Amino acid sequence: MKYVKQFTIIAFISLIGEALNHLIPLPIPASIYGVVIMFICLETKIIPLSAVRDTGMFLVGCMQIMFIPATVGLIDTWDVFVPNWIAYTVVIIVSTFAVMLISGKMTQAVISLSKKGEKKNA
Amino acid sequence: MHEFITNSMFFSVFLTLGAYCIGLMLQKKLKHVLANPLLIAIIITSAVLLLLDIDYTSYKANTSFISFLLTPATVCLAIPLYEQFELLKKNWKAVICGIASGILTCLVSVFIMAFLFKLDHATYVTLLPKSITTAIGIGVTEELGGYVPITVAAIILSGILGNMFAPAFCMLCGITEPIAKGVAIGTSSHAIGTTKALELGEIEGAMSSLSIVVAGLLTVIGAPIFANFI
Repeated sequence: MKYVKQFTIIAFISLIGEALNHLIPLPIPASIYGVVIMFICLETKIIPLSAVRDTGMFLVGCMQIMFIPATVGLIDTWDVFVPNWIAYTVVIIVSTFAVMLISGKMTQAVISLSKKGEKKNA
Repeated sequence: MHEFITNSMFFSVFLTLGAYCIGLMLQKKLKHVLANPLLIAIIITSAVLLLLDIDYTSYKANTSFISFLLTPATVCLAIPLYEQFELLKKNWKAVICGIASGILTCLVSVFIMAFLFKLDHATYVTLLPKSITTAIGIGVTEELGGYVPITVAAIILSGILGNMFAPAFCMLCGITEPIAKGVAIGTSSHAIGTTKALELGEIEGAMSSLSIVVAGLLTVIGAPIFANFI
């Protein structure tokens, strides 16, 4: 029963997310509204962590599997992808790794800067 | 027989889960970057569908309950984030700078390469939202007048690249701080990359989850500006 109760809470928050997505004319999906609402509910203790944690972490752990059906859909996109495939492939590979490099390095640099700042002040 | 398999919900579900289990087994045995469970599951599932001549529309309908769980699962990414919130509060400047610089890199790099490849406007805007979560990316592309199926393909491929190569790439580039690793993975390869970040550790997973949300929102703001450039 514990899992049923937990899933009910998670489903309800997903529902609120869906309603906001329906009402607000922005390209923001239900899941993004939902994750913000869930976070606020946890932080304000409206929902105690123990009321969602087990089922929630199970869902998060299975998330990879949930991407398989959509990804297999690439077999249907193939025909539109082919004419420009070199450009697409280069853009996807280069920009993915460029983003990874810059965002990671930038985060790391700011962290070590603020650590140095702390030491100076101490 | 063909009609039975095409319409059987359990065949599609068994195929998907079975392919993923084979992927997990191979990963455990081979311990190689290419032995990635998600990649293996996608290849096996696609191959079986093509071999048995099952159309994707029926497969998609039969596995809809698996995809349907994606929204509640994404909502639950708030849990690891909540558990690491103290750490985030302490490092929020670094995290925000990291994500913002990443999104700027994405938009600029797509612009430069679209210019070099002489892509037309529609193709260019199609690629702008490539590093954010699918549902937001689709919305951005629709708004800018791009090709939605290509956006979806680009987003998924970016995710798989991150899922497969992020740990090795971060090590190679000297990105060792767990917060930085999480931001790098979430900003470059959204939720598909985040599933890998969660395997690396709680901090990586939490920061990657946060990056999906922030990167998505920043792209909603930034992509329409960059769309004017080509």
